Amino acid sequence: MMQKGALNIEKIREDFPILKRKVSGGKSLVYLDNAATTQKPLAVINAIHDYYMNYNSNIHRAVHQLAEEATLEFEKTREKVAEFINARSTEEIVFTRNATEAINLVAYSWGRTNVKKEDRIVITELEHHSNIVPWQILTSEKGAKLDYVGTDDNGYLKLQEYMNYLESSKKKKVKLVSVSHMSNVLGTIVPVNDMIKMSHEKGIPVLIDAAQSVPHMPVDVQKMDCDFMAFSAHKMLGPTGVGILYVKKEILEKMPPFIGGGDMIKEVHKYETRYNDLPYKFEGGTPNIADVIGFSAAIDYLNKLGMDKVREHEVELTEYALDIITKVKGVTLYGPRNTKDRGGVISFNIGDIHPHDLATIMNDHGVAIRSGHHCAQVLMERLDVAATSRASFYIYNTKEEIDIFVSALGEARRLFKI
Amino acid sequence: MSDDIYREIILDHYRNPRNKGKLLDADVSIHDSNPLCGDEIDIHLKVHGDKVKDIKFEGRGCAISQASASMLTEMIMGKPLTSVKDLTKDDILENIGLLNLGPARIKCALLSLKVLKLGMVKYYTDRDPDSAKKLETDSTSL
Repeated sequence: MMQKGALNIEKIREDFPILKRKVSGGKSLVYLDNAATTQKPLAVINAIHDYYMNYNSNIHRAVHQLAEEATLEFEKTREKVAEFINARSTEEIVFTRNATEAINLVAYSWGRTNVKKEDRIVITELEHHSNIVPWQILTSEKGAKLDYVGTDDNGYLKLQEYMNYLESSKKKKVKLVSVSHMSNVLGTIVPVNDMIKMSHEKGIPVLIDAAQSVPHMPVDVQKMDCDFMAFSAHKMLGPTGVGILYVKKEILEKMPPFIGGGDMIKEVHKYETRYNDLPYKFEGGTPNIADVIGFSAAIDYLNKLGMDKVREHEVELTEYALDIITKVKGVTLYGPRNTKDRGGVISFNIGDIHPHDLATIMNDHGVAIRSGHHCAQVLMERLDVAATSRASFYIYNTKEEIDIFVSALGEARRLFKI
Repeated sequence: MSDDIYREIILDHYRNPRNKGKLLDADVSIHDSNPLCGDEIDIHLKVHGDKVKDIKFEGRGCAISQASASMLTEMIMGKPLTSVKDLTKDDILENIGLLNLGPARIKCALLSLKVLKLGMVKYYTDRDPDSAKKLETDSTSL
């Protein structure tokens, strides 16, 4: 059925071969685990296939035709990424393995240079482990401290706490703020523009973990004015194994290299090395060429739809889902109720059914949801739950799928007699 | 399928766990968790002679992990350690009547056995190093 609204879902679904497959003994797949990874359109699969079939070659070095073609396509992706987030230049775009590696790159390179004993790094209770553990490693190595901005019961950050950290930032030597743009558990959209502005007034740089935001809404790094940003290709129709680190050029220029080896050098002598230009200085070793090229097709696909439309579609689905899930008896919902402040991620619990049991029952109905701590155990402790179930949406999801999901919830209630 | 998993007896042990709590004079207490889903189990064991004199567990997690732990405590209460240390994964799955769990959920069912084995490693380390070694190998294969 055609939906009113932003996107032509029926047409979009035709581009995703996997959505046609049956699971759990003949059930149609209802894929609601998009915050973990999204499905890939044929265009992405074909781009990877085309590279291996027709111009597989290493990049940046050889002068033969295949290498030239591969280098061109690889670097074209960098241009598209820069344009997609409105970076000033491709020098500010570093390819990594994933968003986690992008944050680790900043912690190891920038962090080790700039963070000293007694300094502080401010993060929040909303963070994914990838934006906690690198800072724990860094602060424990340096004898520095980690501070958390708390969350309220509706999943919003306590901005007053944040302002208090900034107020005392000089005395407490706050060196960096690192914050998620959108919570992968609660869907909370964090007011990063304001937070960055406040932080910059104190001269403190800000890293934005945009793994959940860049795939789902328009993001402009110049407007936001963040100093670092990390996100992953596989959460936005692209292949796994490609992460993106954006760093303002004036900061990246001063950062020491992360991984040493081939491709990140200009000249290597017995006891010294001249490093390559930006951003290659931070891309040691043969990169994930095929998947970077595949990511190019993913960006094209999203650009064709328009990120405003993507966001609009998800708001529509989230409103619809929240509305009917609230009516299911025994459901506890986590996170903001206002879809203006949340992305297409719904975390919940139902009665005393553990999320893993719920996910097993959902799977019987072909519904793929995520259960567990979602790599956010600090937030789980804050919510005082061991785990939650999470449904998360993307461009190909429909209201009919949400209906199937909700009717499977009814089945879970029947089995558990609640 | 879920109808076969979430039978009355599993839900009963989940909601009314047997032998749940602390054991203050335990000879061995051990904790482990399943990093994939965060299920947690603590087992406290009191040994007398060569028998399990008392066993209690604490934990939180899914119905399968918690029911399995509850049923495990009933199974080994009062049993000789020699038989307890040789318990296999099939013994547990048979005990809870879930022989067809998929690879994702079987870990939930076996967590309590893993914790028990680790506890017995601790118990046997000084008393019988060979048994301790075998138990350790067993526990890593779960």
